[in-house]
Amino acid sequence: MELFTNQVLAGIATGAIYACMALAVVMIYQAIDHLNFAQGEMAMFSTFISWQLMQWGIPYWWAFLATLIISFVGGIAIERLLFKPLAKAPVLTNVAGFIALFAIVNSVAGLIWDFTIKQYPTPFGSSPFLGSQLISTHQAGMIGVTVLLLILLFLFFQYTRIGLAMRAAASLPESARLVGINTSWMIALGWGMASAIGAIAGILIAPVVFLEPNMMGGVLIYGFAAAVLGGLSSPLGAVVGGFLVGVFENLAGTYIPGVGNELKLPIALALIITVLVVKPAGLLGRPIVKRV
Amino acid sequence: MTAMLNVKDLRAYYGQVQALHGLSFALNEGSLTTLLGANGAGKTTTLRAICNMVRSTGAIEFEGKSLSGKSTENVVRLGIAHVPQGRGTFTTMTVEENLQLGAISRSDSKNIVSDIERMYAHFPVLKERHTQQAGTLSGGEQQMLAVARALMLRPRLMLLDEPSFGLAPLIVRDLFKILGKINREDKVTILVVEQNAQLALELADQAYVIETGRIVMSGDAKDIATNEDVRKSYLGY
Repeated sequence: MELFTNQVLAGIATGAIYACMALAVVMIYQAIDHLNFAQGEMAMFSTFISWQLMQWGIPYWWAFLATLIISFVGGIAIERLLFKPLAKAPVLTNVAGFIALFAIVNSVAGLIWDFTIKQYPTPFGSSPFLGSQLISTHQAGMIGVTVLLLILLFLFFQYTRIGLAMRAAASLPESARLVGINTSWMIALGWGMASAIGAIAGILIAPVVFLEPNMMGGVLIYGFAAAVLGGLSSPLGAVVGGFLVGVFENLAGTYIPGVGNELKLPIALALIITVLVVKPAGLLGRPIVKRV
Repeated sequence: MTAMLNVKDLRAYYGQVQALHGLSFALNEGSLTTLLGANGAGKTTTLRAICNMVRSTGAIEFEGKSLSGKSTENVVRLGIAHVPQGRGTFTTMTVEENLQLGAISRSDSKNIVSDIERMYAHFPVLKERHTQQAGTLSGGEQQMLAVARALMLRPRLMLLDEPSFGLAPLIVRDLFKILGKINREDKVTILVVEQNAQLALELADQAYVIETGRIVMSGDAKDIATNEDVRKSYLGY
């Protein structure tokens, strides 16, 4: 029983990271109807920036904050320079854009910081949380920061005018323009926020997976699985999906014979395919209905 | 008297297809004008061209300022509210959020609450349903919401694209009564595109008739309504 509780709690901790990545993916998907394959690489790059700031002697939380701001601005810059010009281009052109972004960010990170694996600090420590062996303080910290982030995002989208404008622009761009919303900038803002959310995910998971240019590959696939499971049209679904995938991954690794650590990733892919076949809209997403 | 909206030689295109062939008309401040014509005559395109939602050439001036090259959202911010065909309701949001969105480009945020109350006075049914998802409203209620949302801009000019579409006759009468009231009391200049010519001519003081992208008739709504030839050839009743 203790093994089970332990695995569930650890799953919730990594699930928090998947939830963040899924949320970042969904935010951009809502804005431009494309999946950002480079979301993980952007998060990795942000994590490296925070690491570099700390190497220069800046304390953890200041580096954290500075990285969020840099990532936010960077996300906006990427949208303005690369994806705004592609707004009316066919799907495949956009996919090529994302793959290019993926490759560029990955190589540039390797060029600047090389591909050796680096230790990444945690401000929470890794002792048992509240004296319990079930979960470490860092895992508790991951959950805590994510929950705080989710609450802030909820308040932002529900109770601020700019949040309302962003929701309107994502749901009906033409109507949004007709009430005077600059939808193009709302998309850019979505990119900035997605980039900053990804940075949080990267920074929180780095002490676990260690820092290197390919650190987010697996995490992003789980993030995609979470987004698909919860429904790409539903931010809440993405979050729920993230936690479910995290728990599912851990339980499958522990209890299904032969799965172990090596086969965890194919399980995420199998989950994506299963959801797409059985319930394409996801748990909380709205089915896409086209009028004919 | 100078016109509030002056449209000269407006031509609009969908891809290679030209939909408007040099349209010219003017709206006086405070007027209630209707643009009539059959399906495909170019009524909707005219409204869309004013808000720069379709590629067009020609001159459009609003209160002396040229609208050409302005993005849709910037045209709206000048005080031109557009109630599109199909109403453009944010169906997944609440009625109240829809109204707040109508005022989203305004900077005088402290007046917005009282304006929402004013809309509820115009349209009591919206108050009853203010926490409901807008998509759950009936067609008539959604049209009321669309008009209320447009008014939340405190517009100088309101463009309405077939507000009667798909509504029961009684509801249309109610809606048109409210439009007349808004025009008189709130001093909002209104341009309404309609297929329901009879009703629109009763409401309006000016009318233009459009056929295949050209204005073929203009004048006092009363004169046009009583002109047998016009009625038979263009309005079909």
